[in-house]
Amino acid sequence: MALEKDVKPGYLALSRFGYGSRGDGDLGIAASDPRGFLIAELNEPGIALLSGPDLYPSSKLLPELFAFQKQKQAERKAKLVAKADMKAADMTSPAMASAAMQPKPAMAGKMAAKRKGAPPNIIYQTLQSEALARIDKAIAARSGLVERLVAFWSNHFAVSIRKSQIVVMGAGAFEREAIRPHVLGRFKDLVRAVEQHPVMLNFLDQAQSIGPDSPAGKRLKRGLNENLAREIMELHTMGVRSGYSQADVTSFARILTGWSIIGPQGKLGPPGTFIFNRFFHEPGAQKLMGKVYPAGGIEQGEAALDDICARPATAHFIAGKLAAHFIADNPPPALVARLAAVFTKTDGDLKAVTLALINSDEAWSTPLSKIRTPYDFLIAASRAQQSEPPAVGPYFYALKLMGMRLWAPPGPNGWPDTVSAWASPEGMKQRLDIAARIGHQWRSVANPSEVLATIMGNAASLETRQMVARAASRPQGFALLLMSPEFQRS
Amino acid sequence: MTLLCEQLLPSRRALLASSGALFSWAFLPKMAQAADGRDPRLIVLILRGALDGMSAVGPVGDPDYERLHGQIALTRSGPHAGLPLDGFFVLNPAMKNFARLYGKGQAAIVHAAATGYRDRSHFDGQDVLQNGLPGVGHIDSGWLNRAFSAIPRGARVNPFNALGIGAQTPLVLQGPAPVLGWAPQGLPEAGDDLRNRVMELYTHTDPVLAKALREGLATQHLANSDGMDATRPQGGSDNPAGMRQAARGAAKLMAHDDGPRIAAMAFDGWDTHVNEGGATGRFALLLGGLDGAFAEFETGLGDKWKNTAIVAVTEFGRTARINGTVGTDHGTATVVFLAGGAIKGGRVIARWPGLKDAQLYQNRDLAPTTDVRAVLKGLLADQFGLSAAVLGNRIFPESAGVAPLRGLIAA
Repeated sequence: MALEKDVKPGYLALSRFGYGSRGDGDLGIAASDPRGFLIAELNEPGIALLSGPDLYPSSKLLPELFAFQKQKQAERKAKLVAKADMKAADMTSPAMASAAMQPKPAMAGKMAAKRKGAPPNIIYQTLQSEALARIDKAIAARSGLVERLVAFWSNHFAVSIRKSQIVVMGAGAFEREAIRPHVLGRFKDLVRAVEQHPVMLNFLDQAQSIGPDSPAGKRLKRGLNENLAREIMELHTMGVRSGYSQADVTSFARILTGWSIIGPQGKLGPPGTFIFNRFFHEPGAQKLMGKVYPAGGIEQGEAALDDICARPATAHFIAGKLAAHFIADNPPPALVARLAAVFTKTDGDLKAVTLALINSDEAWSTPLSKIRTPYDFLIAASRAQQSEPPAVGPYFYALKLMGMRLWAPPGPNGWPDTVSAWASPEGMKQRLDIAARIGHQWRSVANPSEVLATIMGNAASLETRQMVARAASRPQGFALLLMSPEFQRS
Repeated sequence: MTLLCEQLLPSRRALLASSGALFSWAFLPKMAQAADGRDPRLIVLILRGALDGMSAVGPVGDPDYERLHGQIALTRSGPHAGLPLDGFFVLNPAMKNFARLYGKGQAAIVHAAATGYRDRSHFDGQDVLQNGLPGVGHIDSGWLNRAFSAIPRGARVNPFNALGIGAQTPLVLQGPAPVLGWAPQGLPEAGDDLRNRVMELYTHTDPVLAKALREGLATQHLANSDGMDATRPQGGSDNPAGMRQAARGAAKLMAHDDGPRIAAMAFDGWDTHVNEGGATGRFALLLGGLDGAFAEFETGLGDKWKNTAIVAVTEFGRTARINGTVGTDHGTATVVFLAGGAIKGGRVIARWPGLKDAQLYQNRDLAPTTDVRAVLKGLLADQFGLSAAVLGNRIFPESAGVAPLRGLIAA
């Protein structure tokens, strides 16, 4: 047997920064110049953007949602009226009463429709289209680095479809409109796009926050909601315990009043779009972390936001999170410091920071100690299968079983990013069952050992190669490949 | 015969045997009983998102309550009147089961309680609540895991039977002591042979993955023997049906003579910044889920209920005043719920701080008068006989000054 080619650097590039090999020769190409392989992807124009025939801007989706909600409300009302009529009739006619007691056929029909897998309404149709487009792009990507970055930032600025129909309908659009255009741009542009996006304004309750002394506040007797203001500082920029106080949170909440969404009636513009509503805005100058922001409109909040983005705490927090995501749960402090310095020097140029990460020695000398998240695991499995893009239903179900429903983290801090969170007893057990299922469905002329050689080469350990080679069946061999530490780690 | 031995297939037996000491408990003929004949169980519910204690258990006897909590305050009378507790407090009407248990002396409330954490970050607050430190700090294990390790073996609890519910083990139960995991699930399982092979591979190449998978498989086996493998997830951790289902599953596993003695699970969704509702609405709906979970435990645990203590805790409370969007923002003190046959209930335990502006913490939140750690330490002391020294040092570091609140368990 000829001397085996050393593809370990290519495996490292694809596992640490990408979504794993697609088995199309990418491993060898990556191995010959792993940094160049990744950087080439970063340099492709518009690489982070996502569009498609089923994808619409939030400015179109949210009005559709409002119309749908209005229609549902009308239907409910009509039903209630019908029920009341029925009740009135009950008093006199026993036959009517028994008819009213039998809603079963309608229910059964509804259940049957559900089982066929068709989304029940435009809200879930939209969610599925968005998810499918995202999944397809990740599977087709060269290394997957940019899609990993998109997922990272999307989780950093997490919204959750558990919150409202606006988020279900708009989570994908939020990612396409606020996250993707900026993942290789400036951090402050990313932050501004996020905090002015209607989906975020809904998710963190900002849309309804009203300055108590604003015209609307005085008239409606409503007031502040400090949710967004706090989470911007704690989660999106500076990080918790980084030098702001409760008074700063409240002050920032006052500054942000007026950042809102145009309602279904569209009195102030196109429904479902961002608006700075001056009737909501708290008048007067505000002091935030020692600096006074003069009275004004939207520029008051934008100036405060830019200043927050430029603080050293922000550079350090972002650098630490990126390094913890791509390198290790506890990344080398020297690396974090270097990334933070690049962030500061370049005014938050995220491409420069990403390049610094890829060019660091630590990226290539630190062993793979993270574990793929359930989403990354499924994407990597789809890539390894080199098959047609999968149906979204099984993807959603597998993600749910592994505790990571798409765009549905339990809180605004997003999904956890640690080994212990995902290598949990229940999580690993579910992973195994899912690997077994995928193994059974794997369509490939190549046998599991050949696939293993194609996607990992000599990066696979002797134990893994033997275990896959000695599998009792093809499905079992593929399942073992998927469960191998080399496939699980990233 | 023990549960596991009955169910073992040859290949599974080989797996268990090969993985060594970790599984030896399953082959013990009978677990050792406590000298006093009690066989205590402890269940910890982590309510993530900061539960509004003042809308769950309303201090209707305080003249300032309605002024501050406004339209979401609970009331003594009216269409959605609170359920009477002790004249001063009423319970949210969504908690009918809890009220019934309270009436039977099997449920209690500690009010105006908080951990040692005083800032208002959910995520720091949840960490402190679960890792047991006096304030923000780094430690990889939860207090329940450390407590579990500290319980004398062969006394009241046999080894290796703490249970984490959900796809991710709650931090409170993470740590060096092995933990079983279970969640409602719905795929056909991987065959025994595949499991054995993956376990063998991990044993040789990746101890971290090996430990996690071994523990996950062990619980699934317990669950299968109960016919629980057929269950489908009914809702997430922030959904009333999901809460009930998680509790039902945990109760079923814990009801076995050799089932887990300790369990933890997390319920989400308590971060009610907007249109919280009080006696009705979103908050009440969630409380109904929690209430249902208590009922599921009571039913599912059967005769084990009498020695069970359940404690439900949250990272901090919410503002005493409602905010500008008829919700509440992050606050400080809140309630702790206690239920179970072992609880000496029928009482609200509170040194009430008052709700005058000057009595509020930072003129904003209900002020804390009881340390949540005192409650937890009291439970661990009375339920498992852990000493104050161990509790004040290993379990809740640097908490020697926080005396365990004794007498929460009925003698």
